[in-house]
Amino acid sequence: MEGLTLSDAEQKYYSDLFSYCDSESTKKVAAHGRVLELFRAAQLPNDVVHQIMELCGATRLGYFGRSQFYIALKLVAVAQSGFPLRVESINTVKDLPLPRFVASKNEQESRHAASYSSDSENQGSYSGVIPPPPGRGQVKKGSTSHDTGQPRTSADQQEPVSPVVSPQQSPPTSPHTWRKHSRHPSGGNSERPLAGPGPFWSPFGEAQSGSSAGDAVWSGHSPPPPQENWVSFADTPPTSTLLTMHPASVQDQTTVRTVASATTANEIRRQSSSYDDPWKITDEQRQYYVNQFKTIQPDLNGFIPGSAAKEFFTKSKLPILELSHIWELSDFDKDGALTLDEFCAAFHLVVARKNGYDLPEKLPESLMPKLIDLEDSADVGDQPGEVGYSGSPAEAPPSKSPSMPSLNQTWPELNQSSEQWETFSERSSSSQTLTQFDSNIAPADPDTAIVHPVPIRMTPSKIHMQEMELKRTGSDHTNPTSPLLVKTADLSEENKINSSVKFASGNTVDGYSSSDSFTSDPEQIGNNVARQRSHSGMSPDNTAPPPPPPRPQPSHSRSSSLDMNRTFSVTTDLCVHTGQQQAGVVAQPPAVPPRPQPSQAAGPVVHRPVDADGLITHTSTSPQQIPEQPNFADFSQFEVFAASNVNEEQDDEAEKHPEVLPVEKASDPASSLRVAKTDSKIEEKTAASAPANVSKGTTPLAPPPKPVRRRLKSEDELRPEVDEHTQKTGVLAAVLASQPSIPRSVGKDKKAIQASIRRNKETNTVLARLNSELQQQLKDVLEERISLEVQLEQLRPFSHL
Amino acid sequence: MGWILVTSATVILFLQNYPLYIRSVPTENELKFHYMVHTSLDVVDEKISAMGKALVDQRELYLGLLYPTEDYKVYGYVTNSKVKFVMVVDSSNTALRDNEIRSMFRKLHNSYTDVMCNPFYNPGDRIQSRAFDGMVTSMMIQVC
Repeated sequence: MEGLTLSDAEQKYYSDLFSYCDSESTKKVAAHGRVLELFRAAQLPNDVVHQIMELCGATRLGYFGRSQFYIALKLVAVAQSGFPLRVESINTVKDLPLPRFVASKNEQESRHAASYSSDSENQGSYSGVIPPPPGRGQVKKGSTSHDTGQPRTSADQQEPVSPVVSPQQSPPTSPHTWRKHSRHPSGGNSERPLAGPGPFWSPFGEAQSGSSAGDAVWSGHSPPPPQENWVSFADTPPTSTLLTMHPASVQDQTTVRTVASATTANEIRRQSSSYDDPWKITDEQRQYYVNQFKTIQPDLNGFIPGSAAKEFFTKSKLPILELSHIWELSDFDKDGALTLDEFCAAFHLVVARKNGYDLPEKLPESLMPKLIDLEDSADVGDQPGEVGYSGSPAEAPPSKSPSMPSLNQTWPELNQSSEQWETFSERSSSSQTLTQFDSNIAPADPDTAIVHPVPIRMTPSKIHMQEMELKRTGSDHTNPTSPLLVKTADLSEENKINSSVKFASGNTVDGYSSSDSFTSDPEQIGNNVARQRSHSGMSPDNTAPPPPPPRPQPSHSRSSSLDMNRTFSVTTDLCVHTGQQQAGVVAQPPAVPPRPQPSQAAGPVVHRPVDADGLITHTSTSPQQIPEQPNFADFSQFEVFAASNVNEEQDDEAEKHPEVLPVEKASDPASSLRVAKTDSKIEEKTAASAPANVSKGTTPLAPPPKPVRRRLKSEDELRPEVDEHTQKTGVLAAVLASQPSIPRSVGKDKKAIQASIRRNKETNTVLARLNSELQQQLKDVLEERISLEVQLEQLRPFSHL
Repeated sequence: MGWILVTSATVILFLQNYPLYIRSVPTENELKFHYMVHTSLDVVDEKISAMGKALVDQRELYLGLLYPTEDYKVYGYVTNSKVKFVMVVDSSNTALRDNEIRSMFRKLHNSYTDVMCNPFYNPGDRIQSRAFDGMVTSMMIQVC
C-alpha cells in the first residue's frame, strides 16, 4: 500500500468519515453499508466507485481498512476533482479538495469537508505522514461519535507528528495544548493516546467554529452531554496504568476515576466499531480494562466486589438505572461480583453508553465472559475474535475461563434444569403431600373395613349363633373378632348381664361409632333383653339342647307336650332376664315342688325338689331351707314321681337336653336323675319341673308348670313365682313326699340337690354366655350399621362435588 | 417486607408493606387488585407469625392460597428477608396447579435475588430492572 499523505484536514476528515463508517468500532469498514452510501453520496458514477474500491485495495481485502478507506476517500476526492483515478494520483494530486459527499447524511461530512477544506486550504497541504492505520496500534475502536472518532484518529495520526502538528494547527491546538497541558502533567507516550484524542477532540470541537454546526450535527450523533461527561470524566488525569500520575492515584477511588477517565478517553479516541461487532473489545481496550481491574483487584483471577464496582462505575456519571442495567448485563453469574471478563464487559458497556450506544437488552456475545463452550450460549459471530482477545491479555482470562465456563456453561443449564428440578420437586412434593393426604385418609378406611367384616359376619344370624352358643355351652368363636367373643366367654357366669353390658360399651369404643355404641348400649341391653325375651318368647331356630333358646318352636319339640315347650320358654325367659334371679326363679319352681315334700317318700318328687332346691340354693339364698329339704325331697320325690312326674322330668330334660326329655310320661327315675344331672338350664327345667312336680301326676303336673312358667316370664313375678314355686315345690315336695321313696330321698335329695346345683350352675353359665353373646351380636350389628352409615356419608360428599 | 403481586392481572411487589414492584396485565381495575393485595398482607402476616420458624425451607416460603375471593385467588410467598410476594390470579383461568404457582414464585424469587445482587440497586427502591420486568412479563403471558 502506498503511503498516503494526507493533510491534517484530510486526516481529520478521513478519520471522521472512517469512524462514521466504522459504526461497529472495528478497524474495518465493510464495503457495503455506510461506506457505500458515502461513496454514492460522492455523486460518483458507480464504475468510478468500483474503480476506487479496486484501487484502494478494498476489493482485495474485502473490507475497508483504515488505509484503504483513506485511499478511497482520497480517490473520491480525486475523482470529484476530475482527475483520473490512478493510484499515483493519490499522492500526486495536491491541493485536492476533500471529497465531497452530497448525500443528506453526508451533509455534515460535506460541511465538515468544507470546513476541512477551508482549513486545509488555509493550512496548505501539510504532508502529515499518515501512519499506516492498520499497523497503528493506536487504532482503537470507539463509539460512533464522529467527532470523537475524528479527533482520535487525527490525534493518532498526529501523535507521531504531534510536535509538528500542534504548531501547525494553531487554532485547534491551542485548546489542544491547553488540554494537553492540563491533562498531561507528565506527558507519557502511553498517555498521549489517551490524552491526545480527548483534549484534541474538545478543542477541535471548539476550534472549529465554522464547523460548529457540523459539530452540532456531529454531536447530534452523540449527545454533547456525554461527550462533556467524557471530557469531564477524562478531566481527571488519565493516569491510566501509571499510578504515579496523581498523588491521589494512590487511592483506589481516584485511581479508579483516573483509570476510568483514561479509559473513556481511550474510548473517545477509538474508532467506531465495525459492522461486524459493535461490542467487540479491542486489544487496547482490553488491556486497559485489565489494568483498571488490577487497580481494584490485583489478582486477575479474583473478583471485584459489588461495592467497589459500584463506586467505580458511579464515577462514569451514568444514571444509576443505566448502571444497574449494565450490571445486570455484565454480571453473568449473578454473584454480585465481577470477574475480569465481567468487569471488562461492564466497562465496555459503560464506555459504549457514554458514547451514546444504547444498552442492549442482553449481553452481546463478544462481551460474555470467556467460556470454553460458548457457542451454544451465544452466536458464533465474533467469538473467535474475542477468544483471541481473551488470549491476548495474558493469563487472566484463560485461567479464569476454566472456572467461568463451568459456571456460565452450567448456568443456563442450571437455570433450565433448576426449573425442571423445581417442577419435579414441586410435583414430587405435591404428590407427596397428596399421597400423604391420601394416606391419611386411607387408614381410616381399612379401619372401617376391618370393622365392617366383623359386624357383617355377625349379622347373619345372631340368634343362630346364640343357639350355637347355647348348644356348645361355650364361647362362640364364629366371630372373628374373637376378643369380643373371648371376652364374652371370659365373662363369668355371675353378673353376666352387667358385664356384658359393660363389655358391649367397651367393644364399641374400638369401632367407629363409640358414641353410638354408648348410646346403643342401653339399646343393646334392652335389645338383648328384648331379644332374649323375644327369643325366649319365639326362639324359632333354637334347637339347642339348652332349654332357654327354644321356646315355642314347633320344630323343636323335644317334648311332645306343649307344656314342656312352654316351660322351656318360660325358663329361658327367666334365665335371660336375670341370671341369678331367673336361675333362682327357674330353679325355684322346679325345686319348690320337691321341697315341701322332703319328708315324702316320693323319690322322684323328692328328686325334683332336690333339683329345684339345688337350683334354688344355687341362685337364691332365701329359700335355703327349702332346697335343703327338697334335696332330700327330690330324690324321694323323684323316685316317687318317676312315673308320675313325667312332666317334671320332661321339663328338666327339656331344660337341659331338649332331645332327652321324654314324652309326658312317667319317666324313669334314672331318666329324671339323668335329666336332673344334666347341666343345662336346670333352672328352667326345675322351674318347669317344679310346677310339674306340683302336680301329682304327669298330667296334673303339667298344668302347674304352665302357670308357673308364665308367671316366671316376668321378672317382677319372680318373687311371687318363687313363692309360687316354693309353694308348688312344696306341693310337689308334698306330693313327692307322699311318695314312698321319702326315706331314700334324703340321700338322693342331697345328690339331687347337688346335681341340680351343678346343673343350675351350668345352665346359669350357659345362659350368661348366651346373653353376652346376644348382646355382642347386637352390638356388632349396630356397629355395622353405623359404619355403613358413615360409608354412605363418605360417599355422599362426592355427589355434592 | 416487600410485596409482589401478580395477577392474571397484577404484579405488585411490596416492601415493608409498600410496593416495590407492580405489574398488572389487564391494566384496568388495578386499584381493586391493590386493595386485595393490601388486605392479603394481613393474611400473610398471620401466616408468618404462625410459622414461627427460621428455616429456609422452600415450602415454608410458599404460603399457598391465602384466600379465595369470588373471582380471584390470592397466593402468597415470603422470602427470608421478609419480602412478600403476592400473586392475584383470576379464577377464571383454568385453575393453576399448585406446582405452577410455586414455580412462578420461585422464578420471582430468583429474579428478585438477581436484582438484589446488583450493587446499584438500593433495597427499598422500586425495582426497575429490565430483566426482572422481562421475567415477570413472560410469566404473566404464560399465565394469561
